[in-house]
Amino acid sequence: MKKLYLDYAATTPTDPKVIKAMLPYFYKLPGNASSLHEAGQIAKKAMNQARKTIAQSIKSEPEEIVFTSGGSEADNLAIKGVFYSLDYPHQHIITSKIEHHAVLYPCQFLEKQGAEVTYLPVDKYGMVNVVKLQQAIKDETVLVSIMHANNEIGTIQPIKEIGQIIKAEKEKRKKNKNSLPIYFHTDAVQTFGHIPINVNDLNVDFLSASAHKLYGPKGVGMLYVKKGIKIESLIHGGEHEKGRRASTENISGIIGFAKAVELANQEMEKENKRLIILRDYLIKKVLDNIKGSYLNGHSEMRLPNNVNVSIEGIEGESMLIELDAFGIYCSTGSACSSATLEPSHVLMAMHLRPEVAHASLRFSLGRWTKKSDLDYVLKRLIMTVNRLREISPLKVK
Amino acid sequence: MGCFDENSEIMEHFFHPRNVGKIDNPDAIGHVGNPKCGDIMDLYLKIKDNIIIDAKFQTYGCAAAIASTSVLTELIKGKSIYEALKISNKKIREVLGEMPPHKYHCTVLAEQALKAAIEDYKNLASPEP
Ligand SMILES: Cc1ncc(COP(=O)(O)O)c(C=O)c1O
Ligand SMILES: [Zn+2]
Repeated sequence: MKKLYLDYAATTPTDPKVIKAMLPYFYKLPGNASSLHEAGQIAKKAMNQARKTIAQSIKSEPEEIVFTSGGSEADNLAIKGVFYSLDYPHQHIITSKIEHHAVLYPCQFLEKQGAEVTYLPVDKYGMVNVVKLQQAIKDETVLVSIMHANNEIGTIQPIKEIGQIIKAEKEKRKKNKNSLPIYFHTDAVQTFGHIPINVNDLNVDFLSASAHKLYGPKGVGMLYVKKGIKIESLIHGGEHEKGRRASTENISGIIGFAKAVELANQEMEKENKRLIILRDYLIKKVLDNIKGSYLNGHSEMRLPNNVNVSIEGIEGESMLIELDAFGIYCSTGSACSSATLEPSHVLMAMHLRPEVAHASLRFSLGRWTKKSDLDYVLKRLIMTVNRLREISPLKVK
Repeated sequence: MGCFDENSEIMEHFFHPRNVGKIDNPDAIGHVGNPKCGDIMDLYLKIKDNIIIDAKFQTYGCAAAIASTSVLTELIKGKSIYEALKISNKKIREVLGEMPPHKYHCTVLAEQALKAAIEDYKNLASPEP
């Protein structure tokens, strides 16, 4: 049976070119970058080159890149790293209700440590309101963390505008002799390697990324930390990453990450044009052919590869299971589990009607997605919807 | 295959649910769940001399919820309402086979649909005061 992977937002296959670049660093070149002998120095040199490639891709300096085990660690490092670096009792953090749990849970954790956190609402397109963000800033605010693009609904946030606001706040504090810093972190796990990023343009102090979302290996990521900012390490045990993260560097992973970045940059412009056409094709076909279907997220400020639709009258997980049986792999924000019985926190924050929030499907497209794949998906999806609507007591008008 | 075994009873009942639909002039209806929790089950019963002679269902929910109601209708058909009341969510799970614990609530909801339907029947059947 045909297998169609349409869950690139969850993780991407590792590009064979990336695997090829990584392979020598498992056996042939075994060095630890901290070792003084030749093998160690080869590893160190390769790592430095990789760091440079990644730094340049976001217009930053190599010293500003801290390699981590992935996006979650990068988010944790930014949030907890700032909190524990400041000797201030009532730190205030601003974030949004639709962040990834790798941001939300560290924030909740810090609430137990005495921090105050504001979770900003979003509009029905999943967009953070910049004015509300500005109003939320207080003299005690030390960190603002807003994701670059949301992993579920693909909405791209106004990071540049927020960066401007925080830059202005920094200047105001300087003038007012408020010595408490305010930093801006963005979780760019869904955008890094997908849409152009320039940290100077965006005015961000921290930026998280993860290799496995851009055809790199799983288990490696990075946090951009703007020069001059001191953060507390979460992992103590050595001077790796300039004291910001102990542990022998994941050389093969880092090499693969850099290779993935290199490939992404080569193909980004062309690939995005291609993906946007495919994305809008699938969205239009679904909305035109399935009554009671809706697009979730923003129609324009949207990741090039994200299709998220709700299909009224059917619960998302049942659609997912049936598509899975036909070799189509997608995801849903509506997984049915006893813990909450609630749809995803993102769809909830958008105040979708429960029938719609429980009926979401996310197809995320990627490097190996073809138009004919989408035609197959559409055909299968229509059959699935018809079958499950027969079983459902909710009738779609 | 994904989170359920391809050959499991859950998949069998999800892909080939028994007794889907409504019954005209039912003797009892059990309606449980709501859109908010993501599962809705409507159970329709035809009852004669306290025997369930027909059962049909409509379910909005996950694969386990659909399979649970399908199994339920098979279990109760031909049984007296008193026998049927003894059918628990555990019995439904026995038929469906292994499932992750976070899916148990779908079988619980099916049991509740049956209880609600029989309650509905008793209300109807009780003589006017
Ligand atoms: C927006 C976002 N942040 C963080 C993460 C976590 O990244 P990782 O899986 O590399 O820890 C993900 C991916 O799951 C994500 O989509
Ligand atoms: Zn369920």
